[in-house]
Amino acid sequence: MAFTLPSLPYAHGALAESGMCQETLELHHGKHHQAYVTALNGFVEKDANLQGKSLEEIVKMSYGKPDMAGVFNNAGQHWNHNLFWPCMKPNGGGALPGKLEAKITSDFGSLDKFKDAFKQAGATQFGSGWAWLVVGKDGKLATAKTPNGSNPLAEGTGTAILGVDVWEHSYYLDFRNRRPDYLTNFLEKLVNWEYVDSLLAKA
Amino acid sequence: MIARRTALLAAGASLLIAPRALAQAAAPSGPFTLPPLPYAASANEAAIDAQTMEIHHGRHHAAYVANLNAAVAPHSQVAAMPLEQILARLAEMPEGVRTAIRNNGGGHANHAMFWSIMGGRGGEPSGELATAIARDFGSVATFREQFERASTTVFGSGWAFVTVTRDGTLAIAQKPNQDTPLMEGGRVLLGNDVWEHAYYLRYQNRRADYVRNWWTVLDWEKIGARYASAKAGTLTI
Ligand SMILES: [Fe+2]
Ligand SMILES: [Fe+2]
Repeated sequence: MAFTLPSLPYAHGALAESGMCQETLELHHGKHHQAYVTALNGFVEKDANLQGKSLEEIVKMSYGKPDMAGVFNNAGQHWNHNLFWPCMKPNGGGALPGKLEAKITSDFGSLDKFKDAFKQAGATQFGSGWAWLVVGKDGKLATAKTPNGSNPLAEGTGTAILGVDVWEHSYYLDFRNRRPDYLTNFLEKLVNWEYVDSLLAKA
Repeated sequence: MIARRTALLAAGASLLIAPRALAQAAAPSGPFTLPPLPYAASANEAAIDAQTMEIHHGRHHAAYVANLNAAVAPHSQVAAMPLEQILARLAEMPEGVRTAIRNNGGGHANHAMFWSIMGGRGGEPSGELATAIARDFGSVATFREQFERASTTVFGSGWAFVTVTRDGTLAIAQKPNQDTPLMEGGRVLLGNDVWEHAYYLRYQNRRADYVRNWWTVLDWEKIGARYASAKAGTLTI
């Protein structure tokens, strides 16, 4: 069965007041994410080895294989954007659910230290890529960054419970070259902490 | 002499405003400088809007220059080297700043080259360069097709280049992020920036449209001069 573009869990204009305008979301979801899904389906159609595999299986089996770079890029980006959309909500940010905040405080020292580390990861991912909050194999929370379509699932660095897209298409209409401002805004006004908390509970 | 006195005065003045002097030390003003655009920001309007040109040059390129200067500041031997030599000898750069030099030195060289080949009205290459394109690609049309394919298939941020050897041979190359053929000791005839910041305000996700329009603002006379310099061994970045 072909992979499909998930619908956004909010209207395309719903994050405009929180620093992500309708045009950004229409393009990002309807054009960029859709293009990854379409390209991935094209690869699956042509390759019997990919047919019947889950998205996670395809991401893992194509990682680090030069002859599967196209598959990996598009599968990775489909997986990444699937995680990204529900990580945001209108009027996001604000107070964290108690369990999540306690875990962050325990593993990073304080909520502010986590935020600094997460923003640092996003700001220093040179070129296109992603920044993450992962539950590592040791059970501890850690930040991570990955280039282009890669992710912690592929790299085996843990279970991602929060991801932010730092490709320029994520923020160029709203923030131009100011990626650090986009990251601050993401944490303060866009993150759906309840969703992150639900992923932590499952991790 | 005047320059030296100004420097001394500046040093004296900075003693009175120590915090600012510290801030300046963190962001040294040299040895590398942002070259001014060799034309108005609106000069490439046929393919690139003026706002994109201003942000691209005044913010993105300026940041590469500032970060490169900060990276080489503690290393006077590196700071004294020409950029193309620094990039060709990346492996010898101090480990702590090697990645910063790669990203920002590459960014500086790539963008300086990029501005210098635009500001024209497109058209066709001529003379020796036209002959070389016909020889190495079959025709100008094939050359364009191959270069456009290289530009549209860079996944994520990066560049498409045409490299030129000392004997005048041309080839197409793709590089991620701010890497450049200079890092292999090669020379660049021309290159197109396909980071999203190069085209997003006007073209959004339609990189292919940007790449197709880009030909209309190339200055083939300047590119022809780069070709002659490459063969003479005088082309740097
Ligand atoms: Fe994206
Ligand atoms: Fe650029």
